[in-house]
Amino acid sequence: MKPYLAIVAARFQMLLQYRAAAFAGFATQLFWGLIKVMVFVAFFASTSAEQPMSLSQVLVYIWLGQALLALLPWNVDPEIAGHVRSGAVAYELLRPLDLYAFWFARTFAFRAAPTLLRMVPMVLFAYLGLPLIGLGDWALPLPADGAATGLFALSLAATLVLSTAVTMVLHISLMWTISGEGFNRLMPGIVPLFSGLVVPLPLFPDWLQPLLFWQPFKGLADVPFRIYSGHIDAGDALLEIALQIGWCAMIVAFGLWLLNRAGRRVVVQGG
Amino acid sequence: MAEGVGGLGLYGRLVGQSVRVQLQYRWSFLLMAFGNMVTSGVEVIGIWALFDRFGSLGAWRLAEVAFLYGLVNAAFAVAEALARGFDVFGKEFVKTGTFDRVLLRPRSTVLQLAGHEFQLQRVGRFLQGAAVLAWAIWMLPIDWQLWKVALLAFAFVGAAVFFYGLFIAQAALSFWTTESLEIMNTLTYGGTETAQYPLAIYRPWFRRFFTYVVPLGCVTYFPAVAIFGIDDPLGTGRVFQVLAPASGFVFLIMALGFWRLGIRHYTSTGS
Repeated sequence: MKPYLAIVAARFQMLLQYRAAAFAGFATQLFWGLIKVMVFVAFFASTSAEQPMSLSQVLVYIWLGQALLALLPWNVDPEIAGHVRSGAVAYELLRPLDLYAFWFARTFAFRAAPTLLRMVPMVLFAYLGLPLIGLGDWALPLPADGAATGLFALSLAATLVLSTAVTMVLHISLMWTISGEGFNRLMPGIVPLFSGLVVPLPLFPDWLQPLLFWQPFKGLADVPFRIYSGHIDAGDALLEIALQIGWCAMIVAFGLWLLNRAGRRVVVQGG
Repeated sequence: MAEGVGGLGLYGRLVGQSVRVQLQYRWSFLLMAFGNMVTSGVEVIGIWALFDRFGSLGAWRLAEVAFLYGLVNAAFAVAEALARGFDVFGKEFVKTGTFDRVLLRPRSTVLQLAGHEFQLQRVGRFLQGAAVLAWAIWMLPIDWQLWKVALLAFAFVGAAVFFYGLFIAQAALSFWTTESLEIMNTLTYGGTETAQYPLAIYRPWFRRFFTYVVPLGCVTYFPAVAIFGIDDPLGTGRVFQVLAPASGFVFLIMALGFWRLGIRHYTSTGS
């Protein structure tokens, strides 16, 4: 276990160096969040009918979405991609470490470090800063209750593992495509749509709901966000978290199988 | 040899060369264009889902928002395809010192950067935006007269020119900051997000910013209101709405002025 923890720690330290990029990212996501809030406020103002979600639950969804944007598995670690392209992956295969676990540790840090760096200021600003500049109506509400807070933390941990597992599939698929084209290119479209970042999943038409329930990407955003706002109550939350963990296990298993196949046919680019 | 070639001729050659290079990798190009289409297309699904859920956005209907969406996305795709040199300017020219070489050539810097790379894959977003625009035109009961057709063309070119100006301003900024700033994404990508909804739904301070400081509303929203033939809820008159896209050209001229100012300030990184 120890070498893997060391990898996570070293990657964290490196990624935390990019503070200016993190600040620019914060400003961008704040702006984006404000646009989304104004659009939803206008939509909610144009109907008096009961909606499947309240505006305040949508606000939770928007601000947590902006805070956790870096967590979504829509891109690959450029260093791992570089290793595959240059053939340095051969050295990785020679190390006395399990390649899946080794890459998983790196990928975990690649997802967690920037997220942590961006999440804290975004959450603080959405909760405390917005009321200070007179936009209190648009602020991030507190979690529904104590149980929701604990379950949210649990669900978010599962989200982090799920996101890492999906990113791992993207990394392993590089061994086939080398340049990262193909279905990796579609991830920036698929992931935000099916995780709920484009539109909160409960607001999609009712006939689409069964389909949206049985797909893994909702565990990347929709599930923890709705647990936070109380849209999913404590009883259902445990079921949803169990589903998240189930998807994690399936996607890790798929990644392992894929890596096993890739290892048999890997061609190292020479030179 | 180059002596006989005018500025526009040279630009045509650079673009032609870039297109030929990209078409050498036919599958790669097709996949990238398709990916570009899908990732920008999920927004349409989001807009459709919201209208399906809420019915209308105040007085605005789906077809009107689709019109704005199509106009801004098609125009942005054109600017993005042609402005690649400015988009990557900080990272690939200033930070590396490559800009020194550009300065040594007996041609204008703007021309050389404009011809840096023509991103053919953006055709994906362009086609997607154009298709949505075509659908909106089909759905809307617009009384098409010649001046409206001309105004649509004027707005489209004005919007493309406006976004091109934004890319130049972003590049010019990196004369001071060395790195390209992600913060400009709020105006480029955030701008397309903003402009796909009617300006009237936003708060007054936000509207003022996107009318007078960064005239995005002038190249999309105001001409669209005139084309729809409705009264602007913001109370502007027809003459203003029809002339508003000219501000895209004014913005480009100002961005070019800023670019010249930046060059005077430029000191090479020396590497």
